[in-house]
Amino acid sequence: MSSYLEGIIMLSGINLIAVLGLSLLTGFAGLFSFGHAGFMAIGAYSAAICTTIFKLPFFVGIAAAAAAAAGASWLIGRATLRLKGDYFCIATLGFGEAIRLILDNFQGLGGARGWPGIPPHTTLVNILILDVIGVVLLANLVRSRHGRNMIAVREEELAAQVAGINTFKYKMLALVVSAAYAGVAGALLGHYMTFIQPKMFSMVKSTELTIIVIFGGLGSISGSVLGAVVLTFLPELLRAVDKWRLVVYGLAVIGIMIGRPRGLMGGFELTPKSVRAHFARLREAKAARADQAAEEKGGL
Amino acid sequence: MLNVENLHVAYGGIRALKGVSLRVEEGEIVTIIGANGAGKSTLLNAISGFLKPAAGTMSFKGKPLGRRPDIIVRDGICHVPEGRLVFANLSVENNLAMGAYLRNDKKAVAADLERVYSLFPRLAERSKQSAGTLSGGEQQMLAMGRALMTDGDLVLMDEPSLGLAPLLVQTVFEIIGEIHKLGKTILLVEQNAFRALSVADRAYVLEQGRIVKEGKASDVAADPAVRDSYLGAESKAGG
Repeated sequence: MSSYLEGIIMLSGINLIAVLGLSLLTGFAGLFSFGHAGFMAIGAYSAAICTTIFKLPFFVGIAAAAAAAAGASWLIGRATLRLKGDYFCIATLGFGEAIRLILDNFQGLGGARGWPGIPPHTTLVNILILDVIGVVLLANLVRSRHGRNMIAVREEELAAQVAGINTFKYKMLALVVSAAYAGVAGALLGHYMTFIQPKMFSMVKSTELTIIVIFGGLGSISGSVLGAVVLTFLPELLRAVDKWRLVVYGLAVIGIMIGRPRGLMGGFELTPKSVRAHFARLREAKAARADQAAEEKGGL
Repeated sequence: MLNVENLHVAYGGIRALKGVSLRVEEGEIVTIIGANGAGKSTLLNAISGFLKPAAGTMSFKGKPLGRRPDIIVRDGICHVPEGRLVFANLSVENNLAMGAYLRNDKKAVAADLERVYSLFPRLAERSKQSAGTLSGGEQQMLAMGRALMTDGDLVLMDEPSLGLAPLLVQTVFEIIGEIHKLGKTILLVEQNAFRALSVADRAYVLEQGRIVKEGKASDVAADPAVRDSYLGAESKAGG
């Protein structure tokens, strides 16, 4: 495999982890965040501190990244999760930018110039392992009682409260888990690039993650996987059109959203079971057509 | 059963409730009547924990009322919210199952489901249909059924007749009577004062955030000032 192709696969695998987390928050709990790059930044810097300064193994760095991002999200959640829809969204935007500005001005970790010399621990293998773990954990969470409660909160918050669901708790759970995913993605990104800079975790990154989740389809894990892969590869494939690349990228996203307003997989899951069911339906339709044809022949 | 004392609720600077006190005894139907904006829904939302009171105390079955909506549901107060608010994408059956979310006794839940279906045969007919496709009246029935599934002892009903055709309004009030016969205590907020007073034991009249009158429903209905303000043409037409 060329190292260029491998690089893109690795980047989409890293993006996927952050997207899976955001998919839980936005797609299942119905909360929009424009500050997830902030959680990625916290993860990237925490992991870099562990491996570069304290010379700890990479898995410790990843665990620390998840824990630090989750902890930060818990604090933010306590302060902002009682806010309604749009206001929560703006609060997360403020949080993301605040984290970036703090890191910009904190000279101890390189400040705005960035932090070079992070060991290149991230490999295709450990990305793929974490991707699989991420998907399996998320799929189980979404199908559990907790996942159903999150969906109830998304669908009709007051009705969920009337049924006795502690809505704050389930929004918090979604936020903390999604931040932990973002933290892990940040850790992987830092140890892939071997260099981190606050600018990498700006609002543009947060927006990119949200676009991928919506593009893939809200409330669909397989949609998020597909979205992360397609939207990481697309700009690379478009290098052929050179400076028009991002324009074409934008147009492609708009075009697909018009064609499939609910995203690539909105509301559907691609699982072995759903694929089998789809083929079974096709076979049934074929058999029915054959029966009909036979009957018509018999009638003649 | 429920005691509310000197309850104050404010939305920012606007004071919606200015020292409301009321009590509901076990087995009663109590109604709160009043004009739009008098604070009726605010009162129910404060009891259910959706709004934080600025001042005042509330107790239920002799104990101070919990602070979070889910704890209040657990303690046995169920709320039928204004505007129905069902889970539109879930089937009727699953909406009712959501009501029993906090309960673990499967047999009792199954028995309650049967009871809800016998009370609302329409819901039984449409149990597999998604709730969003129901008519307004059916959604109101579903919201009531879901509240019954929580197995609370006190049912708060917020404008159950709002936006329904006259014939359905009649049905809704008959159902309120049926629910009462099941042994539930009911606190009913209604704009349709005439109907509410005819079904209730006691009544409170809420005006601009204050209780201005209370008493037996029949006495309140006979009060000339109430007749003038709230019953109007309907009491004359209805007799």
